[in-house]
Amino acid sequence: MLEVKQMVAGYGRLTALKGVDITVKEGEVVFVVGPNGAGKSTLLKTISGLMTPTAGEIRFQGDRIDGRGPETLCRRGLALIPEGRHIFKTLTVQENLQVGAMIRKDSADVRSDMEMVLDTFPILRERFKGVAGYLSGGEQQQLAIARSILQRPALLMIDEPSLGLAPLVIDQVYDSLRKLNETGLTLLIVEQSTGRVMELASRIYVLRNGKVVLEGDREELTDTSALDAAYFGFSSDAA
Amino acid sequence: MAYFIQVLIDAVALGSLYALVALAIGLVFGVMKLINFAQADYLTVGAYSLVIPTAAATPSMMFGGLPWALMIFCVVLSVTVLALITERVAFRPLRNTDPTTLLISSFAVSYFLQSLIIMFHGGRPKSVSIGAALTRPIDIFGLRVGGVQFLTMTVALLLLIVLVLFLKRTSIGIQLRAAAEDFSMARLLGVAANRVIAIAFAISGILGGVISLLFVIQTGTLDIRMGIMPTVYAFFATVIGGIGSLPGAVLGGYIVGILSVFLQAYLPEEMRPFRDAGVFTIVILILLVRPQGLIVTSAAKERV
Ligand SMILES: Nc1ncnc2c1ncn2[C@@H]1O[C@H](COP(=O)(O)OP(=O)(O)OP(=O)(O)O)[C@@H](O)[C@H]1O
Ligand SMILES: [Mg+2]
Repeated sequence: MLEVKQMVAGYGRLTALKGVDITVKEGEVVFVVGPNGAGKSTLLKTISGLMTPTAGEIRFQGDRIDGRGPETLCRRGLALIPEGRHIFKTLTVQENLQVGAMIRKDSADVRSDMEMVLDTFPILRERFKGVAGYLSGGEQQQLAIARSILQRPALLMIDEPSLGLAPLVIDQVYDSLRKLNETGLTLLIVEQSTGRVMELASRIYVLRNGKVVLEGDREELTDTSALDAAYFGFSSDAA
Repeated sequence: MAYFIQVLIDAVALGSLYALVALAIGLVFGVMKLINFAQADYLTVGAYSLVIPTAAATPSMMFGGLPWALMIFCVVLSVTVLALITERVAFRPLRNTDPTTLLISSFAVSYFLQSLIIMFHGGRPKSVSIGAALTRPIDIFGLRVGGVQFLTMTVALLLLIVLVLFLKRTSIGIQLRAAAEDFSMARLLGVAANRVIAIAFAISGILGGVISLLFVIQTGTLDIRMGIMPTVYAFFATVIGGIGSLPGAVLGGYIVGILSVFLQAYLPEEMRPFRDAGVFTIVILILLVRPQGLIVTSAAKERV
């Protein structure tokens, strides 16, 4: 579904991604983990079209998409929840969700999806008319997920869904992600730590200094020491 | 008491005007991180479009000679088109550069438009009279109120209400507010960048056109610097309201408008020339207490 090949991207003189290959297949949950500054957020920003890669190619459902803007790509079924969630704090919960559903033409379906989302995240129904900036961190994460679901994406990318959340709330968030995946949504999730990854991942990539240093299916990586070695950079064959 | 009510009407009239200009500036700032100094010249160009380009001090009418509905339409349309052209030519190509470059570009646009007016109209102030009938005082509930003040208050309040309804109730308005708060996120959700920016500039232009007419009715003069003072006041309004916050812009507009009118009305005669200094002092005091403005937004703090 998504194929990233030898992608290079950066900020001015700084090259944050130095030839990255990543593949996501339909129905998978793929994780990208790595320490601070590894380039994880840059990867998602580039795939979503917020940044343009300087080399390499990105294919989504068979078509080249690198160089396209985010407003085009979201209509193709690509959604991103960026690091820090980025809900619209001055808008109400309802307005946030409306902006999420904005690219959809099928208003009857949107209404039923809206109901579905509000059933999944009851707190959003409770705070429907309230200003989103007053929601707690966990509630804001739920709103961000709900808003993206209303886009009805084929692939949802999330940058650090557990950032700043209490363990119990992370459980809830991961629970809803699992349920979404069971309904057929493909997920590409970035996390800083490997802690939560094993319970949900179909495949894992470890990113360090802008390069993929390890990749493998969950079954291959049950021995977490290899994962940790790659993550911390001990491994001898990690280039 | 009657004097107080007249002052109050003046204050609300001027406050609404500043609130409108501040909203225009705030909207453009929100979607582009551009403080558009050319907003002043949108006003000036709108005013000058009333007359035929000559060097004469009492020129003959161009749009000013049309029936009033057509006149309003032509002036507002010209200023809107002008605002859209400046966006297309001077700002859009620089969209991905830093805010300083955009700011300098807006200074360039501002000087360019002023020079253009001087080239066609000469640099000296001119007098025009439109809406002379409106300058007569009118009676409301036994109160004599300046016709122009009443008109300004009504039009500005109406526009403000329409604009707020547009921003709150329509899908495009909600998109615009979303984009003003967090432009990248709005794009990720499919809000078309070029379209919302163009809409923000179109709103600047519409407001600039209407306000230019109100100013000309009030003062009866054309001057190449006429747009500057109201725009500077509106900048202060956006800053004390909290830059990036649209409700803050409206609030700030009313604060500076009301301050300015009340200082004018109640300062001792010999101190009135210092009215602006008084307003600016209070603005500085507000900023010393609340450096981020009265309403703090996330938009002012961070950017993806
Ligand atoms: N806007 C930017 N301008 C310049 N350099 C940037 C910018 N954003 C990120 N970088 C740099 O690019 C590199 C990769 O950053 P990125 O945000 O992708 O890391 P990350 O893996 O997401 O880290 P974290 O886990 O801390 O979120 C870092 O060296 C960072 O300093
Ligand atoms: Mg990151």
